[in-house]
Amino acid sequence: MSNVQELICITCPKGCVTKVWKEKGDIKIEGKICKKGKGYIKQEYIEPKRMLTSTVVVERSAVKRLPVRTREAIPKKKLFVAMDQLCEIRVKPPVNVGDVIISNLLNTGIDVIASDDLW
Amino acid sequence: MATALHLDLAIIGSGPAGLAAAVKAKQLGIKDLVVFERNERPGGILPQCIHNGFGLQKFEEELTGPEYANRYMQMAAENYVDIELDTMVLEIDKNRTLTAVSEYRGLRTYQCKSIILAMGCRERPRGAIGIPGTRPAGVFTAGQAQRMVNIEGYMPGETAVIQGSGDVGMIMARRLTLEGAEVKAVTEIQPYTSGLIRNEVQCLHDFDIPLLLRHTVAEIHGDKRVEGVTVTEVDAGWNPVAGSEKFIECDTLLLSVGLIPENELSKMAGVILDPLTGGAYVNEFLETAVPGIFSCGNVLHVNDYVDEVSTEGEIAARGAQHHISGKLSGEKNLIAIEGDKTIGQIVPQAISGQRPVTFYIRVKRPMDKLTLRIGDVFEKKFAYARPGEMMRVRLPKKVFAELKSTVTRLNVSCEER
Repeated sequence: MSNVQELICITCPKGCVTKVWKEKGDIKIEGKICKKGKGYIKQEYIEPKRMLTSTVVVERSAVKRLPVRTREAIPKKKLFVAMDQLCEIRVKPPVNVGDVIISNLLNTGIDVIASDDLW
Repeated sequence: MATALHLDLAIIGSGPAGLAAAVKAKQLGIKDLVVFERNERPGGILPQCIHNGFGLQKFEEELTGPEYANRYMQMAAENYVDIELDTMVLEIDKNRTLTAVSEYRGLRTYQCKSIILAMGCRERPRGAIGIPGTRPAGVFTAGQAQRMVNIEGYMPGETAVIQGSGDVGMIMARRLTLEGAEVKAVTEIQPYTSGLIRNEVQCLHDFDIPLLLRHTVAEIHGDKRVEGVTVTEVDAGWNPVAGSEKFIECDTLLLSVGLIPENELSKMAGVILDPLTGGAYVNEFLETAVPGIFSCGNVLHVNDYVDEVSTEGEIAARGAQHHISGKLSGEKNLIAIEGDKTIGQIVPQAISGQRPVTFYIRVKRPMDKLTLRIGDVFEKKFAYARPGEMMRVRLPKKVFAELKSTVTRLNVSCEER
């Protein structure tokens, strides 16, 4: 059982601690966990995902940064590469909240969108 | 001075509490209202909180701070809410006379039928926790650093230690790491984190940032700029453990050591404060000891979730409406609510027993499998309770039906089963 991971459930503030491993293609969870938590822990074991929130540089405005986020969670391992890509972005007003800033970020199929208006 | 202008309702602050109160008040038919905001834009602290996790209760979506503020600004616009930006409220008194100043309107005095306090909270600074050492540049509160990075667009430093595991501190640990800085440690004086478990996992574990529980920063080193900090282990009484000192080289120290409700204006009006919450003593309408003055959001008590802050704004708006229409004129014969030693804080601190009420309760230490009791009228079982997570308990009106009119106090307690 070399692939055992200790994962903490964050579905609620209780923070249940579990041990997770793969056995004959099945994911096994040791530790008391609720139904909702089970789904989270499984996903976290297979491929942890996070929503990325950051800012991009604004040009031609008194505002210096525009907050942005991925529309949905992206694989955790891509967070830093995604940050590098956000560094390259320059936006100018006007931008509306929800506007696509980068489409299909790193071929994840997920867009980066504006979190605020920029006038 | 010019004669006073008249207002049905003045709301001080346009953050998530003030905006929600304003929208609700308009919907309840209060037309003559003004929101006073000292900043140049509405939203309070939300514009700099660019991380996600906002709005799950109110919008059933996971939004960022700016998006959440945006939704409320839109609702405010749709309801014709008048927000006076760049306007500082200087004074309020017990007769609900409000003095505000702005560059373009000068000094103005308003006579208000009701006032909702929604000024939020402030961060506890270095001076409040008395860290010894020199006074170099590079010591910031977590929220200050958050503003620098997210609004101004520059980094406070390259290598950081964060004192205190409050949510803003942990969120900044992740933010600085993503932006290329190295966060060497987060120290927490308590044996458990003071923020949400979700933030411990997603902000610290995700980036292998060490969380040093039962540790504190004992000294700050550096002449012009921070050159490092000495961290030390503490015992149960928070005294440094001799020989546990460790030097960590860094150029930045962030402090995330608690938030304090900002009640300077409230005090001027004679609002009585609860030493446990740092906010006003209120009844179930969030009305303070001064009739017609209400308090909601983080100026009342520090909340964990913005959605709760907005909900409180709505409760206060309903209270204001009752007050304006004369249905509420300084509730009499209130029942005092008192927590025992297991309770860290509780809001409201007094109730009329005439209507349903929502209690916001924070336990003093982590507890599992507990029973919460309110007098002998209410009892509820919980699987767990954490100081970092406020409990919300709603009591229907019928629980008060059996309450004798001679009851003047209800005790609140938690007991592990």
